[in-house]
Amino acid sequence: MMNRLFEKGRMKYIFALLVFAIGQLLVVTGYLNDYLFSTLTTLCINIILAVSLNLITGFTGQFSLGHAGFMSIGGYVCALISMRIPTVPGFLLGVLTGALAAAFVGFIVGLPTLRLKGDYLAIATLGMAEIIRIIFLNLKITNGAAGLNGIPQFVDWMWLSLFTFSSIILISNFIRSAHGRACVSIREDEIAAESIGIHATKYKVTAFVIGAFFAGIAGGLYASYFYFLRPTLFGFSRSIDILVIVVLGGIGSLSGSVIAAILLALISTYLQAFPELRMVFYAVALVVIMIVRPQGLMGSKELSLDLLKGFGRKRQRGGS
Amino acid sequence: MKKYLSVLLVLVLMTAALAGCSNAPSQPAASGDDAEEIKIGINYELSGGVATYGQANLEGIELAVEQINAAGGINGKKITLVTYDNKSDHAEATTLANRMMTQDGVLAAIGPATSGAFKATIPVAEKNQIPVVSGSATADDVTVDAQGLKEYAFRICFSDSYQGTAMADFALNTLNAKKAVIIMDSSSDYGKGLAKNFKEQFEKNGGTVVAEEAYVAKDTEFNAILTKVKGAEFDVIFIPGYYEEAGLIIKQARAQGIDAPVLGADGFDSPVLLELAGAEALNDVYFSNHYSSLDQDPLVLKFIEDFKAKYDKEPDAFNALGYDAMNFVADAVARAEKLDGTSIKDALASTENFAGVTGSFSIDENHNPVKSIVVIGLKNGVQDTISRTGE
Amino acid sequence: MGQFLQQIFNSISIGSIYALIALGYTMVYGIIRLINFAHASVYMLGAYIGYFAMTYFGLGFVPSILLAMLICMIVGVLIEKIAYKPLRNAARIAVLITAIGVSMFIEYGMMFLVKANVRSYPPMSGFLAKSFSVGAMTITAQQILILAVTIILMVVLQIVVKTTRTGKAMRAVSQDREAAELMGIDVNSTISFTFAIGSALAGAAGVLVGVYYNSINPLMGMLPGLKAFVAAVFGGIGLIPGAVLGGYFIGAVEVFVAGYGNSMYRDAVVFAILILVLILKPAGLLGKSGREKV
Repeated sequence: MMNRLFEKGRMKYIFALLVFAIGQLLVVTGYLNDYLFSTLTTLCINIILAVSLNLITGFTGQFSLGHAGFMSIGGYVCALISMRIPTVPGFLLGVLTGALAAAFVGFIVGLPTLRLKGDYLAIATLGMAEIIRIIFLNLKITNGAAGLNGIPQFVDWMWLSLFTFSSIILISNFIRSAHGRACVSIREDEIAAESIGIHATKYKVTAFVIGAFFAGIAGGLYASYFYFLRPTLFGFSRSIDILVIVVLGGIGSLSGSVIAAILLALISTYLQAFPELRMVFYAVALVVIMIVRPQGLMGSKELSLDLLKGFGRKRQRGGS
Repeated sequence: MKKYLSVLLVLVLMTAALAGCSNAPSQPAASGDDAEEIKIGINYELSGGVATYGQANLEGIELAVEQINAAGGINGKKITLVTYDNKSDHAEATTLANRMMTQDGVLAAIGPATSGAFKATIPVAEKNQIPVVSGSATADDVTVDAQGLKEYAFRICFSDSYQGTAMADFALNTLNAKKAVIIMDSSSDYGKGLAKNFKEQFEKNGGTVVAEEAYVAKDTEFNAILTKVKGAEFDVIFIPGYYEEAGLIIKQARAQGIDAPVLGADGFDSPVLLELAGAEALNDVYFSNHYSSLDQDPLVLKFIEDFKAKYDKEPDAFNALGYDAMNFVADAVARAEKLDGTSIKDALASTENFAGVTGSFSIDENHNPVKSIVVIGLKNGVQDTISRTGE
Repeated sequence: MGQFLQQIFNSISIGSIYALIALGYTMVYGIIRLINFAHASVYMLGAYIGYFAMTYFGLGFVPSILLAMLICMIVGVLIEKIAYKPLRNAARIAVLITAIGVSMFIEYGMMFLVKANVRSYPPMSGFLAKSFSVGAMTITAQQILILAVTIILMVVLQIVVKTTRTGKAMRAVSQDREAAELMGIDVNSTISFTFAIGSALAGAAGVLVGVYYNSINPLMGMLPGLKAFVAAVFGGIGLIPGAVLGGYFIGAVEVFVAGYGNSMYRDAVVFAILILVLILKPAGLLGKSGREKV
């Protein structure tokens, strides 16, 4: 019976439940006060953003500098919907519609620009994110520069963990699927991949759209936790923040992104009093990692628990 | 599958680590009637884009606290400040409001300086039933909006619509202007609100706005829009925005030979305006403000003297507003029935004839002060004339 | 008509600045195929050096701009030696991320040292404070200065690239690095030289902007840097005349969108042009499109 629990696919749900339960316990007992919870919310949002950007940049090898743009679309759509329907279904509708809207824009933008390579793509996505921001700055419905205030708050630990875990699990499932392998092959060598019949543009756009979808979810969670949105939140520097997490954790490692997000959350808590130093630290980290360890903390490996698994196997043998 | 184990394990550890960080779990530190001291939260922009405002407010607040504590505190209890820097970041302001209210147990919070950041802390204040006071959040919908009154939010400065209206009256009546050009900062609600109210009042009373242009914060190039504007005939230029850009607009306008009077609001109040525009350009420039160091009121004279003694410089409007905000809170704490958020909120709401250096005021039913406005005229970059209007 | 001419003149001033910055982008891209994000930070650094030279050492305009160019030149070479050289054979994405890191390091390091607030250059005196009326146009001495300095620097650059040995080496390396190396060209010093020239031009642009707009801050390079890059792409990245053409074109687009359209969409139009150029003619206006080799 124990062994069956360790079967592929089931374990992750058990662990997700476990983390949720521990978190819930901390919330209920009051150990996780509002301040810590807001830090945790930022962390989870960063994890979703980093994991989704990793799909685009890390696994498919398409360098995007416009992730904040997709996040802002998700945020604004979710805010506008949940302000009109201030109920939990309204919030969920908002998050999903926002994510779909972000995915749709990702599709529209991705189709032409993903033909570009490397740094050209980076610059084009950067330009795209700026255009999105300027549009939000000038739209009436988003209240321009002043942004939206008084967005109803629905994000609690349950929704937060639900969205975070589903994002990680869904993206990870995608990567391990045949589609995901095709994406990785494009990263490794696009021409070789096409020569064995992989439709490069199709997979690049797919990865881009999925990445945009989850960035949209992150935006929706942001809107619904922090009560307000404004265009300045989604500038170039937010895209860079996300990129730093992906690069630090390892281009092509989901668990690396999660670990890096946590690490950077801790660092920025400690450097809270010195915001400039925090950015200097980020900068030095980027350069040093690229020179000393360009593959990031985790490389393309995932954090593995061979120990635990090995232990499970032994028990299996002993038991039978 | 291994990877999920690890990802999730790490999440567990992290949650635990974060929880471990809080050495003072949920129960706020001792507060209320039996506390030794009165904790006031300070949530200001001490670094980042609008650090000048936050730092200036804090100087005024610290001076006020020093004076209150030197006089024996409030009913024998000293005030201690719990000071945080929100880095001019709204999300950070929310996070810090949470932190001071749930972790540090403050009785009231002052700041942030700008309307947007202040508004971002109001939901936190309502949730924790701790009043928040801003000295300089001038947007119209700060304390009351479409969803009703924000019970725990107060401010001691007039609103943008009041400023916009006053400057339109000033243009019409004092400068006899009939045609105006507006060049507004459309990246802030401040600029937009001022522009809207100026236009309404100006056109209602017989003036016309002949051109409206917009820019965003951090712009430096205004020659194109100024050249466009120059083609129109007008009597005054109204620039609803902050000194960083207004200084450059005035400089470039004067360089292009536009010498019409320039009007602005309290966002002009900074020595940087003079540095950016240069003394020669700053003639015929008028802006509304909360306070002027030219004021001869004895209360103001004493404040200027004390401030100079402590900081060795002339106080500006944000210093004065910070000073008033702190005294306003202290006054309410002294009158509150009990030392908790709700009682202090009630005391703040019932403030009458509070004598501040930015003018004396009472709090109305919308938690706004009823007070007068100062219009300052500049000559060669120096404050030259003042007129007080409205009440 | 007067208004139109005035707008043309406005666009020349801002276009000159973009052109000067774009030259650095385009030369570096031509020689090592890297979008040198740190270039915009070097421009900011130049503005601060000029500020300190004028405010604290009381230097005049000419010594200040020369000093800024010299220091920026050194910084540019150091950036290349420390951050880019170890990665010369690494993946392009790794170098690009490093460039972003270096740029952030300079910008936020500067912010840490001098604080985020806006600073202003000391008021200009003498000739630089004058302005002239030509018909309905008003032209300030500072606008003339920008144009003059830009033209002088471009002529010097053209002479260096076309006639000197190092200039020839630069062109050779940008066409084919390995072949150039086989011909006995010192690739490392040629790359350093390219960074030196590009950074000096950025430093000059920084001081000119400081004098002209009178307002500098540690993040001032971000947006002009991106736009100058757009200019370089528009003209055809890697091509010196392309950068100049692109610089003036982007300057004109900005001024005319603001002057005859809605200034709020000025930046959006510039970025839209970038995306369109990248999709329709990635080699730029003056570039020849080549097929990618397998």
